Amino acid sequence: MIRPHRTHPLWYAYMAHRLSGLALVLFLPAHFYVLGLALTDMAAFDGFMTFASHPLVKLAEFGLVFLLAIHIFGGLRLLALEFLPWSAPQKTLAAATVAVAFLLSGTFFLQAV
Amino acid sequence: MEAAENTLEVSVWRGGEDGEYQTFQVPAQENQTILDVVSWIQQYADPTLTYRFACRVGMCGSCAMMVNGKPRWTCRTHVKKATEGADKIEIAPLRNLPVIKDLAADMDPFFDKWVKAGAVHHPTRTRDDAIETITPDEPGRVEAAKAIECINCSVCYAGCDTVANNPDYLGPAALQRAWTLYNDAKDADRQAILDNVSGVGGCHNCHTQGSCTMYCPNELDPLSAIAGLKRVTAQNFFKRKG
Ligand code: FES
Repeated sequence: MIRPHRTHPLWYAYMAHRLSGLALVLFLPAHFYVLGLALTDMAAFDGFMTFASHPLVKLAEFGLVFLLAIHIFGGLRLLALEFLPWSAPQKTLAAATVAVAFLLSGTFFLQAV
Repeated sequence: MEAAENTLEVSVWRGGEDGEYQTFQVPAQENQTILDVVSWIQQYADPTLTYRFACRVGMCGSCAMMVNGKPRWTCRTHVKKATEGADKIEIAPLRNLPVIKDLAADMDPFFDKWVKAGAVHHPTRTRDDAIETITPDEPGRVEAAKAIECINCSVCYAGCDTVANNPDYLGPAALQRAWTLYNDAKDADRQAILDNVSGVGGCHNCHTQGSCTMYCPNELDPLSAIAGLKRVTAQNFFKRKG
């Protein structure tokens, strides 16, 4: 249960950052291990790639990328909060700019693939 | 005449750390603060109920309590605001502080940390010198002005999970005070302030959860003040290295 004094966006952002960080710590060793297989044991690596093309695994991969995105943006948020003493309107503008840039580059990216 | 809907069900913490909640039925009014509810219980139901207040107008900072799990200044908190639609009120002493009795928390650790944060003025002049003129729009003064309305109510301290998890952490109020002093052009020893807030329990413990700014009844922003301290201590670190 989330205690009442924690029910606000900044606390949720903190918790999302923490949990995504923890999940990445668990995932990254496995990730590097599999990449390492490509160098040392090609057959095992290919075996894993067949397994990885399973839709469920694909879905899990999406989750991992999502975690990474949460963690990166959480970190950028903290850096901005602590190192850029901006006024509230400046922050709104910056957030809007990032959102628009993201939308545009996302559209181009989707067209490329 | 006393229909059930005209009565509030109020659970109040009784005893010390190992106490328990006691429930009272309090007549509901159209306009009623949490402090009014507590006072009603003390005056009409149980005179042994212990709690603190002084000014009743949000000036003194002595009436803060946990209301339905959130830290509030009770004299300025309307019952309807605190219940947020719930039909019960639960009132407890401030979190993160030892309980003396009932709703009175021991404020000593909170004030001790103000002293520990070292936020004492280091004068630049003696009494024989003319007073230094500071214009209201100087950047340092503008920054300092943001926090001078702190009433030491400890609401931010009670709302902070970092305080809960680290007994050494100075907490939002004391750090915000240090930031105010750091921005004071009349302070002669800013390095001392930075040294005080960057040690064990200092500003770098803050996890940016933001409950301090969220709950500050005077709408101050300790979160940004602590971010300011983090920024200048980081700059200071690289300056000293270089
Ligand atoms: S009684 Fe003084 S602030 Fe509430």
